[in-house]
Amino acid sequence: MKLPRFLIVWLAIGCAGVLVLPWYGLDDGTSLPALFAAGPWLPPLALPLLVAAWASLGCTRPHALIAAAITGLLWLAVEGLLIGQHGWAYAWLDTLFGAGPSQPAMGWGAVCYALGCLMLLAYGLARLGACKGDVFVVSAILLVVGLIALFVFYPVICILSSAVRDNDGGFAPWLFATKLASPSIWGLDCVFGVRSCGVAWNTVAEATLVGLLTTLLGLAFALVALRTRLPMKKLLRALSILPIITPPFVIGLALILLFGRAGVVTVWLANMFDIPRSRWIYGMPGITIAQVLAFTPIAMMVLLGVLQGVAPSLEEASQTLRASSWYTFRTVTWPLIRPGLANAFLIGFIESMADFANPLVIGGNFNVLSTDIFFAVVGASHDQGRAAVLAIVLLAFTLTAFLAQRVWLGRRSYATMGGKGHTGVPATLPAGVRASCYAVIVPWLLLTVAVYGMILVGGFVVSVGRDNTPTLEYFWTAFSIERGVGGWFLSGSAWNSFIVTIEVALIAMPFTAVLGILTAYLLDRQQFPGRRAFEFLAMMSFAIPGTVIGVAYILAFNVPPVSLTGTGTIIAISFAFRNMPVGIRAGLANLSQIDRSLDEASLTLGAHSFCTLMRVIVPMLRPAIVTAMVYSFVRAVTAVSAVIFLVTGHYNLATVYIVGRADVGEYGVAIVYSAMLVLFMMLVLVVIQLIVGERRIGRRTEAPAIEAPGLALVQG
Amino acid sequence: MSISARQLTMLAGASALYALAMGQAAAQRQLVMYCGVDEKWCRAVSTAYQKETGVQVDMTRMSAGEVYARVRAEKDNPHGDVWFGGTGDPHLQAADEGVTEAYQSPMLPKLRDWAQRQAERSHNRTVGLYLGALGFGYNTEDLKKRKLTAPACWADLIKPEFKGEVQMADPNSSGTAWTMLATIVQLMGEDKAFDYMKALHRNINEYTKAGAAPALAAGQGETLIGIAFQHDLIDVAEHNKPVAVVSPCEGTGYEIGSMSLVKGAKHMDEAKKFYDWALTADAQKIAATTGSFQIPSNPATPVPPEAPDLSKIKLIEYDFAKYGSSETRKRLLGKWTDEVKNAPK
Repeated sequence: MKLPRFLIVWLAIGCAGVLVLPWYGLDDGTSLPALFAAGPWLPPLALPLLVAAWASLGCTRPHALIAAAITGLLWLAVEGLLIGQHGWAYAWLDTLFGAGPSQPAMGWGAVCYALGCLMLLAYGLARLGACKGDVFVVSAILLVVGLIALFVFYPVICILSSAVRDNDGGFAPWLFATKLASPSIWGLDCVFGVRSCGVAWNTVAEATLVGLLTTLLGLAFALVALRTRLPMKKLLRALSILPIITPPFVIGLALILLFGRAGVVTVWLANMFDIPRSRWIYGMPGITIAQVLAFTPIAMMVLLGVLQGVAPSLEEASQTLRASSWYTFRTVTWPLIRPGLANAFLIGFIESMADFANPLVIGGNFNVLSTDIFFAVVGASHDQGRAAVLAIVLLAFTLTAFLAQRVWLGRRSYATMGGKGHTGVPATLPAGVRASCYAVIVPWLLLTVAVYGMILVGGFVVSVGRDNTPTLEYFWTAFSIERGVGGWFLSGSAWNSFIVTIEVALIAMPFTAVLGILTAYLLDRQQFPGRRAFEFLAMMSFAIPGTVIGVAYILAFNVPPVSLTGTGTIIAISFAFRNMPVGIRAGLANLSQIDRSLDEASLTLGAHSFCTLMRVIVPMLRPAIVTAMVYSFVRAVTAVSAVIFLVTGHYNLATVYIVGRADVGEYGVAIVYSAMLVLFMMLVLVVIQLIVGERRIGRRTEAPAIEAPGLALVQG
Repeated sequence: MSISARQLTMLAGASALYALAMGQAAAQRQLVMYCGVDEKWCRAVSTAYQKETGVQVDMTRMSAGEVYARVRAEKDNPHGDVWFGGTGDPHLQAADEGVTEAYQSPMLPKLRDWAQRQAERSHNRTVGLYLGALGFGYNTEDLKKRKLTAPACWADLIKPEFKGEVQMADPNSSGTAWTMLATIVQLMGEDKAFDYMKALHRNINEYTKAGAAPALAAGQGETLIGIAFQHDLIDVAEHNKPVAVVSPCEGTGYEIGSMSLVKGAKHMDEAKKFYDWALTADAQKIAATTGSFQIPSNPATPVPPEAPDLSKIKLIEYDFAKYGSSETRKRLLGKWTDEVKNAPK
């Protein structure tokens, strides 16, 4: 029997990893392949490959193949984790075996070896009948799971384990207990006394408040958009895009310039009405306003989808039975949208918890977990253990909310958006509800206009409010070009970070899209054991706050076996995995519109699932791919929390740079740079809109509504 | 336009290759600088050096604490070469932990004695780059409007009329504020110092994260009084902001902004050349042109008229060994956080 091509290729790649490619170091390429390298623990890696080759010959022995591949992977993980750059990675090994050997970080050889073993494992499993024996599906699942394990799970485990160590790396569980029980986290003094409360309660209170407010505002917008005759659809669409392309902290910055103690509005009020100037905006009020401004459109998109799914025929029936419009709203519409409200609330809750930049800029003395984590690492106390403890607390909150959202609501909230066409006209709003919607929306719109006006104008005057002379000084500081001995160079302070940001965002873009669409395909089209767990894993990175993932990446990827810090690669990877849920959502939404009979036809005609995916599904998924790519790009440009720990001199990012400027009060440069970023991304969106056009594959008018949950994942 | 599956695969492949290529180190002469001073100064220094030598300088501006955290985190695999500026304590801590490299620059004997003492303290692992005295500034417009007397001493800041009008950084996150806490302790003795800090706490409107933020806030009128380094306050005042700088009458502490080489730096030779260059008068005069008015460590550097006049500042005998040690720091910071920061107003 002929050896299948799949096996030949992956055996060859695995062997190349051991025999040809440098085992250590991703960038120097000077180290030897595993078989010839110094460490005696490396040559045994070749054994599983030999066994696998034997198992593939003649009649394939899947059990032996699986055993060999698993052994190879395990040995790789064990030797990598135990032998560090300076001897044993764990002190107890020193006491057991004495001074240990050392090795640098893994390189391309190790990458190929791991990939080879993973694919051999997939083949073995498929031969045993997993996923109806489809090798492509099994290998795709294993690949995605492996990547998630390496880039999401492993870092999170690192942070968990660092919480039980002291600053020098020694094992100290009692320290963990004291840190976790610290009154600075859990203190309730603000309830009983005058001291401030623990940071955990601050965060929960803030997130709950923001969740409630965004949900209410979002509901008001959705109701006005769908249930009144106001021509607002276009405006709403534009509004929903704004927070996506706005770097998150910019809103806080604009609020300070408007309502700070020396803000434009404050000074005006003081001059006109003698209202004393105060610093009320710093702290909870400021964070709340900034986050509500930023996250309301997300709640709005979710609720638009839910409201569109409420069948008007039900409301019509109610009215035919002579119920008043208020009674109809209370007894029919409201119960139907309730799950959607809970969903919107939880998303606002998670977003607020994960938000790092607004509390940093406008938080004043009000501490929240995400900023406290940052200052535990970089502050004068340099307590990484405390950072890890705080990260665990934050992670526990967001994961609980995320779990609640999935378990409690599941898919139920969208179930009303079934394919059946709805007849009838939606009920109009009761007058009271309509009036309160308007009362809420109009001030909010004014505020939005003021904030964005400030962002666009603020960078081009000397000092907003105090000295409104137009100036290009800040613009030139950021974007000037000079000439030196080496010819022209970009001397403006913003160039480096601007170019690098776009570079890294572009690199992350295809990975995010491929990973997201592939995962969506597996989730939508394949049945396999553990599918729900797989979905949860893939979506989980949405619930891991950026600062947590930032600290985790430093802990996990600064030292062997996988050393990536200081490279652009790690930034791109962090983007790819943080934004993956967006790609999955976009893919799922579009896949559900493509009839399965198409891929069944392809399979019946003898095409493999890979061929079907590439030839049939991917071409039809073009809108989803474009959506995933665009969002991945935009989110990468606006992200700040995860990468603030990962940037270096060469790989400095725009948002991190802006936050740094704002933090020392250089609002001019910060605002002008933000305005440029917002304009640049608007340009990108418009260009893509022009290239792709409005054409959509979906035949249903609800298509945009189904994408709403996808949008909901866009921030974070 | 339609993207076929094959094109998509090729795109993915191409970008993977590109990602690989990005990881390759560029062959050009380069230097990775972690910069702890004002952003404009950092940039001017790196562009000046780049113009003069053609060496490509990768500069990241971070606070001194951030640089220290970064250098420590990267100690097994350093990415930075030289750590330029920033308050002296983290430099000394880093020297203590051996994450920076000992180097005796030929420029060393030409420097002012406090800069040389900084090198001695660290066994040549760091060197003094500039001296910055602590002080506070007030918003003159605001003060006039409120018809208050201008504060001149530390003792004035705890007057009840300044309730909610004083801003300082959080010493847990800012070296500037730590210098202030250590200064007060050295001026008054620990017990009295904490009484003072508690009294001051009633007047504080915000403990900022960054050390220079109170200076800017005072300039913008976000606070009446801001405690910061005098050079930061002068910088604000130079931008046509109504800020008057005060050197407290009781005497004040100071920082020695320092420079270190990262141990195991990838471009050690370039880093040493830069180190020598940064100690020359020509390099040090860049600071004043970008609005940083610290006292440079090379006495040949021309001092601009805006710079604070050292003869008018009463400097205390700052004990860097004691107040730079992590033991004292941990104890005082813990005490401050418990007794002052979390105390009711």
